[in-house]
Amino acid sequence: MNSNILGVINLIHEADEMETLTASRCLATVPFGARYRLIDFMLSSMVNSGISKVAVFAQTKYRSLIDHLGSGKHWDLHHRQSGLFILPPVTDDVNEIRRGDLYHFYQHRDYFTRSSQEYVLITRSHMICNIDFEELLVSHKASGANITVICKKQNDLLGGKARKVQVDEKGRITSMQDHYGRLNTDLISMEMYLMKKELLLEIVDSSLAQGQDHLVRHAIMSRLDRLHIQSYVYEGYLGVVNTLTSYYQNSMQLLRPEVWKSLFFEPGPIYTKVKDEPPARYAEGAKTSNSLVANGCIIEGTVINSILFRGVHVRKGAVVRNSIIMQNGIVGENSIVDHVILDKDVTVERSRELRGAEVSPFLATKRKVI
Amino acid sequence: MGRKRMVAMLLAGGEGKRLGVLTKDLAKPAVHFGGKYRIIDFTLSNCTHSGIDTIGVLTQYQPLVLNTYLGIGSPWGLDRRDGGMAILPPYVKQKGGMWYKGTANAIYQNMGFIDRYDPDYVLVISGDHIYTMDYELMLQEHEERGADVTIACIEVSLKEASRFGIMHVDDEGMITAFEEKPKVPTSNLASMGIYIFSWPVLQKYLIRDEANRGSSNDFGKDIIPAMLQDGVRLNSYTFKGYWKDVGTLESLWEANMDLLSEKPVLDLNDKNWRIYSVNPNRPAHYSAATAEIYDSLITEGCIVEGLVHRSVLFYGVQVGVDSEVYESVIMPNVKIGKGARIYKAIIGENAIIEDGVVIGDPNKESVTVIGSDEFVAANQSLQEVE
Repeated sequence: MNSNILGVINLIHEADEMETLTASRCLATVPFGARYRLIDFMLSSMVNSGISKVAVFAQTKYRSLIDHLGSGKHWDLHHRQSGLFILPPVTDDVNEIRRGDLYHFYQHRDYFTRSSQEYVLITRSHMICNIDFEELLVSHKASGANITVICKKQNDLLGGKARKVQVDEKGRITSMQDHYGRLNTDLISMEMYLMKKELLLEIVDSSLAQGQDHLVRHAIMSRLDRLHIQSYVYEGYLGVVNTLTSYYQNSMQLLRPEVWKSLFFEPGPIYTKVKDEPPARYAEGAKTSNSLVANGCIIEGTVINSILFRGVHVRKGAVVRNSIIMQNGIVGENSIVDHVILDKDVTVERSRELRGAEVSPFLATKRKVI
Repeated sequence: MGRKRMVAMLLAGGEGKRLGVLTKDLAKPAVHFGGKYRIIDFTLSNCTHSGIDTIGVLTQYQPLVLNTYLGIGSPWGLDRRDGGMAILPPYVKQKGGMWYKGTANAIYQNMGFIDRYDPDYVLVISGDHIYTMDYELMLQEHEERGADVTIACIEVSLKEASRFGIMHVDDEGMITAFEEKPKVPTSNLASMGIYIFSWPVLQKYLIRDEANRGSSNDFGKDIIPAMLQDGVRLNSYTFKGYWKDVGTLESLWEANMDLLSEKPVLDLNDKNWRIYSVNPNRPAHYSAATAEIYDSLITEGCIVEGLVHRSVLFYGVQVGVDSEVYESVIMPNVKIGKGARIYKAIIGENAIIEDGVVIGDPNKESVTVIGSDEFVAANQSLQEVE
């Protein structure tokens, strides 16, 4: 499998509305779904669609990104015929780091010109889905569009934010607005753009010449009348995860079997950095109900409607309810946590009670002892 | 190619006849164990943790799955530029080749591999035991005592001793006599089948043993007795810890059960001694509202809607609503339908157990086994299937 598409995961100016979850990491590496990071869904979709060359445009807080992606071997992107590229900002001037994605694409134009692929697919990391891009390319060629944008009909975004899109009867995009716009439509943009590489390079040059440096806000939204920009409607499961509320609500959606069955398995599996954790161990008095539990967990207490990442320890008499406990979290004896998100390595000592609410879950920062 | 202080030779060709249907198409070291591992992961991880980076894996019986699993050794950190893992099957030479006749012959046929690294010592281990052990500590004792050979030993009960090679040692721990599976054992110090040899000494005896047409070319039966007779310095290294030969269905089942309980003797959660394996990429396991799980190991990729008590579920296992699984080992991707009952069983990879099936008997001591890829149609009752 060697697709004619060059993959780009664009992390430049990603939303930063997840409070402490994104204090020391970029949105792309926020842990999600008991053992994944947000970026795994996009990377896996690309790889499963035959895209074998992927660049991740990093901007800030990318230590965890480099750590997670490594050589790309967990996604099979470390072969002679394939590759993963993490591209941090290139500039001599710190102020330039804050500039838009087109500026950074320009700085890394060698990446584009040195690749033999004819098409480029630009995506972000916070659209949680499992998608076949080969089908997208077929549709793109058939419509004769300059750019194809993946869209989804979805009314309730569970607190997530997305751009709104309006199309004509042939699916051509007629208008596009930021999430706060007043456009009356249930069609949202999944921030995935397929076009010829040549066109992208042209857009980069002409936009920068006019002092514009944002791909969507400037380049695409202003060219709706000049270019044929087509919508492609995705039918599978989508979670828009770019706020704390949407993070919590979309995580809870995973407890519905029909959701994880489609998200984790169809059309292909989701890959992540694997760890040598043993199977989860349930002790004599353990109780679990409607929960996702990763390897390495030790459960001695009760876990209900919750998501436990790898290596979590729920001690005797502890009750975990409606909560998300990230890697290596410990819930001490007889403690109760309800509507809580514990970041990595948080310890809740014995006989504590932590309660959040569905609309605003209690969030504990990494390595905190409570 | 750099010199290596010690090279490991891992005997992984075992047919595992006593594991019945589980080793029909599979070498014993590749048999699944402990929810996500295969038996060979334990010795390979021991090597990595002991700082051994050069390992020859001697394969013979049904090597396809095992070879594919081992690959280039990356999961165990053995994909090295210098050394690393090499799979060593029997091969044909100009004057004809032959299968590995015995454990000693297998090493004899691969002396060329060992000589490439010009080592001081050779560690001989086998791929069908479950234990965690630091071979470096054993090597240190080997050097301190100025031994030519060190054999790892474990104290077993006198009752069990007749199943093992039994050592007699003097006050300093040097081996004075050795009996292979004695009828009336007079010592309870059993050989674990783990040997460190000073390479020049081993080489000499391998060549001599090969020339002896009457020999069965086996370490326990031939090489060690010959060395004892000649007064070679044989040291015993007493190991205190968990060790299990999982050569029979009973012991395989028992070793899996040993991983359960609150403080298991072999702790898979030990952060300082992780057991490495090929990690399947599966989502976290789902425990449904109807699930009841205790005293069990559940691996990623499982979907549990029924009861699981004192059992080990490998990755991708499904247990349907109203099904009950007791004291059982359920290997990867087994699908158990609704309302089934499973008592003290080992169910092979990819087997399908339909609704209402009863496997095993709660009143019986014996382990019931269902082979890999077997299909058990609805509402049957099965005991001790082989």
